[in-house]
Amino acid sequence: MPLETTDPAKMRLNATVNGRVVSLEIEPRAILLDVLRDDLQLTGTKRSCDTQVCGACTILLDGLPVSACCTLAYEIDGREVETIEGLAGPDGLHPIQQAFVDRVAIQCGFCTPGFVLTTKALLTENPCPTRSEIEDYLGGNLCRCTGYWNILEAVEDAAARVGPANGRSEAP
Amino acid sequence: MLADFGSDAAVYAGGTELLIVMKERLAHFPHLVDIKRIPGLKEITFNAERRELTIGAVATHRDLERSPLVRERFPALSAMAAAVANIRVRNAGTIGGNLCFAEPHSDPATLLSALDARLTLVSTSGTRQLPMASFLTGLMETARHHDELLVTIAVPEPPSNAGVAYERFKLHERPTAAVAAVIEVADGVISDARVVVGSVGERPQRLPATEAVLRGQPAAAATATIAADVIRDEVETSGSVFESEAYTRQLARTVGRRAVAAAIQRVTGEEGGRRAA
Repeated sequence: MPLETTDPAKMRLNATVNGRVVSLEIEPRAILLDVLRDDLQLTGTKRSCDTQVCGACTILLDGLPVSACCTLAYEIDGREVETIEGLAGPDGLHPIQQAFVDRVAIQCGFCTPGFVLTTKALLTENPCPTRSEIEDYLGGNLCRCTGYWNILEAVEDAAARVGPANGRSEAP
Repeated sequence: MLADFGSDAAVYAGGTELLIVMKERLAHFPHLVDIKRIPGLKEITFNAERRELTIGAVATHRDLERSPLVRERFPALSAMAAAVANIRVRNAGTIGGNLCFAEPHSDPATLLSALDARLTLVSTSGTRQLPMASFLTGLMETARHHDELLVTIAVPEPPSNAGVAYERFKLHERPTAAVAAVIEVADGVISDARVVVGSVGERPQRLPATEAVLRGQPAAAATATIAADVIRDEVETSGSVFESEAYTRQLARTVGRRAVAAAIQRVTGEEGGRRAA
């Protein structure tokens, strides 16, 4: 990895974040969540449990959901990160975000970025998930407002909007 | 590097356990040695001659879950990997890291113990192989030396007359009780059994009394109930502050009955001889 830094105790990090190439000097021990929030001002990624249990800090690393709170920032060197800020396009919200809005799958909103990104990864892997597949995949995202019912409906709605044939899969 | 830094360095793979204890300041390591970029350490292969699966130590839980090879030949292992913690932990956490951390509620440790897995450790001074039971020496303790690296986990394919099952009871992130059973059946009778209980003590425990009772019994659902009572009495509990001993024994009994019943059902339940490993 490239090592040109002004501070010898730091290392250089080159990554793609939400489609933009970024180059930063970080401490080797820096946690990705802090780098996203403090250095890149991407505060949509939330700190909550800080132990990889709740999913509020979910980001996509090369398309896979991981907890930014328990990932060393150096891990993203040469890789692609997507945070909630990267979803909406020039024409407005991403269809998954729109489904969450339309289904009122948001109460306080703190868990929402994590749920939306986990949903994106789910639908990339499995465009027409069953209810039980959705429950399994999102089982590690917690909503303390307990608004799970609307969230499950929003994910089903999002699947219908972004799925290959806008259709539902066969029954389980 | 591990030899040079000694106890100042920790092997770093997925970080799902290590970073949490370091953030809590329960552990302090000036150096982390990332082994994920070592070529070949993530591979999952099957040797048809030895009938043995080899899992590279930095294969993630997700790699194990999604490997078509593992799904086809070791469905119980694939299903176990698919149920570890949550999707983010499964994407980052590695099998080797899980075993080396030796958290007593590890899902892989319990099932891999029942499957008779062998671990290969390398250091600058040589290579050695250990069975799971010798590797896991206690609560978050293993036989691995500071300068050793766990490189592969070898899992022999159970014979075609064996059923494998892993069952657990879980309220939070980790199981409260888990039982893995490998049951061999010949002519409708249990010819051999390996039963391991995990998550209730400091490390997974083989249950020889339960296995002895199972041998010679008919391969039927009622046998699982007989085994369950032996499991309840045989299991050693570690006196958790969260669960009473009686509760833990009762959980082990229930989870154990389900595991033994599922293993029996997998080997007897389907005609046409679909592999039940």
